[in-house]
This record gives sequence, C-alpha cells and structure tokens, in this order.
Amino acid sequence: MQRYFLTRLLQSVLLLFGVLLLVFLMVRMTGDPARLMMSREASPEEVESFREAMGFNRPVLVQFGDFFTRAIVGDFGKSLHFKTPAMEMVLERLTATLQLASVALLFAILVAIPLGLIGGFNPGSPADSLGRMVTLFGQSIPNFWLALILILFFAVRLGWLPSFGRDEWKSVIMPAFVLSLPTMGRIVRLTRSSVLEIRAEDFIRTAHSKGLEPKVIYVKHVLGNILIPLVSVIGVSFGYLLGGSSYIELIFSWPGMGSLFLQAIGWRDFPLVQAIAVFVSVVVITLNLLTDISYVIIDPRIRYGD
Amino acid sequence: MATNRAAQTNDSFLDIERTFWDRLVYASRFLWRDQSAIIGLFLFLVVVVAAIFSPQLTPYDPLDQNLRNNKIPPAWSAEGSWDHPLGTDSLGRDILSRVIYGTRVSLTIGFFGVLMAGGIGLIMGTIAGYFGGRVDAVIMGAVNLILSLPYLLFVVFIAAILGRSLLNVVLIFGITDAPIFARVTRGEVLRIRESGYVESAISSGARWGRIIFDHILPNLIGPFLTLATFEMSAMIFYEASLGFLGLSVPPTVPSWGNMLASGRTYLTSAPWIATFPGLAIMFTSLGMNLLGDWLRDVLDPRLRRARK
Repeated sequence: MQRYFLTRLLQSVLLLFGVLLLVFLMVRMTGDPARLMMSREASPEEVESFREAMGFNRPVLVQFGDFFTRAIVGDFGKSLHFKTPAMEMVLERLTATLQLASVALLFAILVAIPLGLIGGFNPGSPADSLGRMVTLFGQSIPNFWLALILILFFAVRLGWLPSFGRDEWKSVIMPAFVLSLPTMGRIVRLTRSSVLEIRAEDFIRTAHSKGLEPKVIYVKHVLGNILIPLVSVIGVSFGYLLGGSSYIELIFSWPGMGSLFLQAIGWRDFPLVQAIAVFVSVVVITLNLLTDISYVIIDPRIRYGD
Repeated sequence: MATNRAAQTNDSFLDIERTFWDRLVYASRFLWRDQSAIIGLFLFLVVVVAAIFSPQLTPYDPLDQNLRNNKIPPAWSAEGSWDHPLGTDSLGRDILSRVIYGTRVSLTIGFFGVLMAGGIGLIMGTIAGYFGGRVDAVIMGAVNLILSLPYLLFVVFIAAILGRSLLNVVLIFGITDAPIFARVTRGEVLRIRESGYVESAISSGARWGRIIFDHILPNLIGPFLTLATFEMSAMIFYEASLGFLGLSVPPTVPSWGNMLASGRTYLTSAPWIATFPGLAIMFTSLGMNLLGDWLRDVLDPRLRRARK
C-alpha cells in the first residue's frame, strides 16, 4: 500500500511540473510575451524596457529555470496591475472562494444525496423523476446565464437577496446555489446508479434470504457501500467547484480568486493569471490525490501493490 | 463473457456479433417509446434546421442596426410588436434573427471541435491502448495532465492569448477536449483487445492493421458517438462562456455568447436581450444531452442493466 501512495505522490509531483511547464509556455505561445502583456498603444521603447525588466530577452531555458525555481516557493513575480506580489493577492482572495465552494458543495450534497437515494430505492417514482430533472437541467443550463436571471428576479424585482458583494450572510445564497447545480446533478446521478448497482449484488440477495430486516440491509449494506463512490465524487467536485467558480464570482462581484482571475485576464496581467492558474491546479491535484488515498483507506477491498 | 451478458439481459440484439448499424436500426424502433429521446431528437433537429435555413427563416438581417428601434421588448409585452417577436437589442438588431443565426456559430464550433478532438483522441487512444508500454505511458501522461487542470480557467487563459476568431475557438476546443476522447478510446480498446474474437483473429494470423481496422474501430463507433454528442453540447456551452467574456468569435458575429455579453450590460433595463440566447443554449444543450443519454443506453450494452 505504501508503494501505491508513493507512486501516486510521484505522479502528482510530475503533474505539477507539467502544469508549470504549460503555464510557462502558454504566455510564450504567440512568440513575444512582452507584446502580449503590454497595451497596444505602448511604444517600441516601452515594450523593449519591459522585456528587459521581465527578463524575456534571456534564453528560454534560463527563463524556465528561473520561473520554475521561483514558482515552487510560490513566487510568480509582481502583478502588473497592482504592483504587489501576485501570490499574496491570490492568498488574500482564497477564503472568499473557499467559502463559496464549500457552501455550494453543502447545497449539492444536502439536495443530491437524498434525491439520489430515493431514486435508487424507488426507480420511476416522482422523486426519481425530480432527481432526473435536476441532473438534466444541471447539465444543460449555462450557470452564468442562470445567475443573471436569478439576479433579475430575486434581487432586482423582489429585492429579497443582494445581487453582489459578500457583506452579509444572505450574499452567499444565490452564487452558491447557481454554482452547485451541475455538481448537484452529478451527485444525484451517481448516488442513484450506485444504489441500483449495489441492490443488484449477490450479498444483498443473501442478506434478504437469510431474513435480515430490510431496514438493516439498506442502512448497513447499501449505504455503507455507496460511501466509496460518493467520497470520490465529492472530493473531485470540490476541486471542480473551486476551479469553476470564476464566472459566478464575476457576476456576483464575489471577492474571490475566480473573479480576480477573470479581471486579470482583462488587464492582460499575466503574472497574476499564471499565479492563480497554478494555485488552483495545485489545489485540484492535491484534492485528487487525497481522494485517491482516502478511497484506498475506506475500501478494504482495494489493496494496491501488496 | 459475451454470451453470459446476453443471457443476463435477454436481449438478442446485444450480441457482440451484431454490427453497430444493426444495433442502431434495432434501437431506433424503440425510439418512439422513449419520450425523452424523442424530445431530444426534436430539439436537435430544430437547431439543425434553423442553422441550415437561417436566411429563409429570419425576418431580418442579424447584423442590421436600427438605432431608432433599439431595445424594443418582445411582442407579448405592452410596448412590443410582432415586427420583432423577441424584441431588439441595444443597437436595434432583431433578436429572433440573431438567435437563429447563432445556431450556425454554435453548431460549426461544436461540429468541427468534436471532429478535431475526436480525431486526435481516437488516434492517440487507439495507439496507447493497442501498443501499450512506453507509448501508452507518454500519451496517457499528457492526457492525465490536461484532464487534471481546472478546464475553464485554462480555456479562458488560452483564448485570451490567441485572440478572437472562429478558427481559434475551434482549435482551442479541438485540442483541449481531445484527452477525453483519448481516455475513453483507450479504455474501450483495452477491453476489446482482450475479447475472444480479437484473440482468435490474432491466433489466425491477422496483423495489427487488420485487427485495428476490422475488429477494434467498428466497435468504437457506439461509445464514440455517445461521447461526441455530450462533448458537442459541452463545446456549445463553453463557446457561450468565452463569448460572455468577449473571448470567443469577433463581436460582429451573431453568436449566443456575444449576445449574452451585450445582454448583461442591459440586464435591468432590457432583460430580454440576455434571456433568449440563454434559453437557446439551454434547449440545444438539453436536446443533445437527452439524445446522448439515449445513445448511451442503446449503444452500450453494459450500461443497459443499470438503467432498469
């Protein structure tokens, strides 16, 4: 088992290296990073002095070595727009994004798991149809558009909820709800299909035939077993929510990393863009690693490398 | 294994020996019994027809500006008129015409994006799955790298660097989406390679080219088509996301994303500008997801059991 953990850890480190290489190459894709980051009106002299200051005139390998050694200690240079270290700004915005993603995950779990369980135990029931609708609409509705419609309705027309900012507890309700929808749908679908799958297993039939009470079977055998796929989807979903919150944050002026990312894109502030992209990737890769490890610990049947 | 499965489900058409087309023809007989599949097919056909016959269906040129008629509300509201059934935008352009022309942009990006991503993914996945070893490790390493990134952030990142054009959007989706096709293809190839009929083909002396083209590729059509449907819907969705930030096709092109971006500015004074392109995306996506669900159910015998 230790060997499995080590291999998985090594894989994650390799992925991290890949992310850094990718982020480094992306701003050089057009050939001239200095032109990319300067405004169109900048004079050739300004571009030249900027290139000098950023070190873009050095050999690419030297630049990568420099970028890499700084990046692993979290130094992505200064934000071009704010003139402060990019990573500091990212960390400042971290709590807001974590709060939004956590509340969204909580919404998703609270709605999706009961719906999925009811659907799995009573396929074809009205609650099952409701679960299917949630899945379908969660996949199909563009969530930034839904955000606009909800603002129009609940903030502008009815005035029940604030349309932007993070000043009161009510502020988190709309953005977290909109953000949670696609995840909600995925968890409903997974819970439902896991219940159906496990109910068809031989050991459930055995439990029934040896006269166990249905209640005991459902709670102990079925619920115990759907925990495993659920843990994995919840771990992955949290990373997905963190990385997918940018539009929602922008629309609701939520002061998180995602809205900062989209603003930085608009300002062509690529050091800041790189810092956020790498930071979120690191969080997502770490979450995936933790999910895989907990998977092995929870499920006694999985024993890699022993 | 194959006979076992067929015996379990009692459906003769699930026999592995049947070709893909046999299965699809067989399954289409049941299409009329599956309500959600009919709705999906209907929505999809509406979008395709709207895209093909846009010039015939639209009352106005989608680019015609008429500032005197700007921000007219839809016909059913008090100030609206049937001259512009869905109203006009801030520049007086007819929203219905723009929504209809928007199908062309969305379908073009969805179709060519999937074609490119599917092509690259199919080749990579088949090579990785069939030959294994170091080639597999390299290809899957790259695939896992891209799939472990926060997708939306990176797509926005690349789009901001490359600049707005239809070709760039297709290229972005065609490349970033290829790993999903590669992963699914590889999994299927690994499964098919272990099957009895491939084993017997190998033992009767067939070379790898023949095995791949005669035995493996035909069996990939089902899962490929299912995935392509879902991914096409995802691309239409992401195009709108990029357009919303002003990073998709140039601003003059009537795309749903561009319409949403301009509608956001007038959200409180003219909410219909943002409403209709959003509804168009929702129904297109809904149709393709329903169609994809149905394809998955009928073309993938292994998943059929779970549905019952």
